Amino acid sequence: MSSEGQADPRSGEFERGLRVGIPYSFAALLLAVSFGVLAQPVMGKVAPIVMSMTVFAGSAQFAAVAVLSAGGGAAAAVAAGILLNLRYVPMGIAIAPSTRGGPLRRAAIGQALIDFSWAAASRGGGRFSVPYMLGVTMPSYPCWVLGTAIGVFAGEVIADPGDFGLDALFPAFFLCLLMEGELRWGRPALVAAIGSLIALVLIPFTPAGIPVIAATGAALIGLLDARELAQ
Amino acid sequence: MSEVWVTIAVLAVATAVIRASGPLALGGRDIPARAAAVIALIAPALLAALVVVETVGAPEGGALEVDARSSGSPRRAARSRWGSRPCRWSRSRPS
Repeated sequence: MSSEGQADPRSGEFERGLRVGIPYSFAALLLAVSFGVLAQPVMGKVAPIVMSMTVFAGSAQFAAVAVLSAGGGAAAAVAAGILLNLRYVPMGIAIAPSTRGGPLRRAAIGQALIDFSWAAASRGGGRFSVPYMLGVTMPSYPCWVLGTAIGVFAGEVIADPGDFGLDALFPAFFLCLLMEGELRWGRPALVAAIGSLIALVLIPFTPAGIPVIAATGAALIGLLDARELAQ
Repeated sequence: MSEVWVTIAVLAVATAVIRASGPLALGGRDIPARAAAVIALIAPALLAALVVVETVGAPEGGALEVDARSSGSPRRAARSRWGSRPCRWSRSRPS
């Protein structure tokens, strides 16, 4: 499996990713303000900012705060966060063939995994551009931390940014990437259909995080060769 | 250390380990053809699931929820926050 991740970083992939990542980082900033607003009464002023700096995973942070806010302990909050972050395992496996360098470098690349940059860096057919992914993630990190700080310190005087409906953009974005990059006739289309069905069936019965992870099981169709699939 | 700081510390370490696990486990190795075929199909499976979950999944999990997010339009979604209630279905009925 060749990869654009093997490309020289000077080829401009990183800069192209950066250009895509900057507009997204403003959406991340607004979501982070939401997080700061919600987290401040539960965690105080410093802890939410430290959490954004060290965890940098929106859904897991929202889930952990929701559990703590409801009176759950640290174990339940951590479990909720880990459950949501487990989707980074299959995402990391997907980008693995496109990474190069020693273990430390590959582990560092993994830290740049966020849903948006992972999806944007997909080049179809299992290929990913790692420099592009790094470029997309880069502006989101300072915006995520800054937005949290704004929410913590100015939360009482601003409206909840969640009311702007920005979360409606995410499914549309993922759908665009699926249609443009990954959805080709044959196995990819079949896997996408089965994956979405698995997620849809599991949503009402499982905690958040499980449907996306379980949907990855549809990729096991890749173990069948084409003749077996046609029968 | 309070519950809050324990949560942050453990979640930060766990998230870093989870994010590093895929590239560390498989990166830089020759991957058998069948495993490569499975890995190539992870992206369509995950993206399709993300579309479904982000469109009809309740944010806290455990329920299907159809609201203006399904339109993909922030304007409609924002308007719905101020007005209409979502259509919701979960296995357990709300008390």
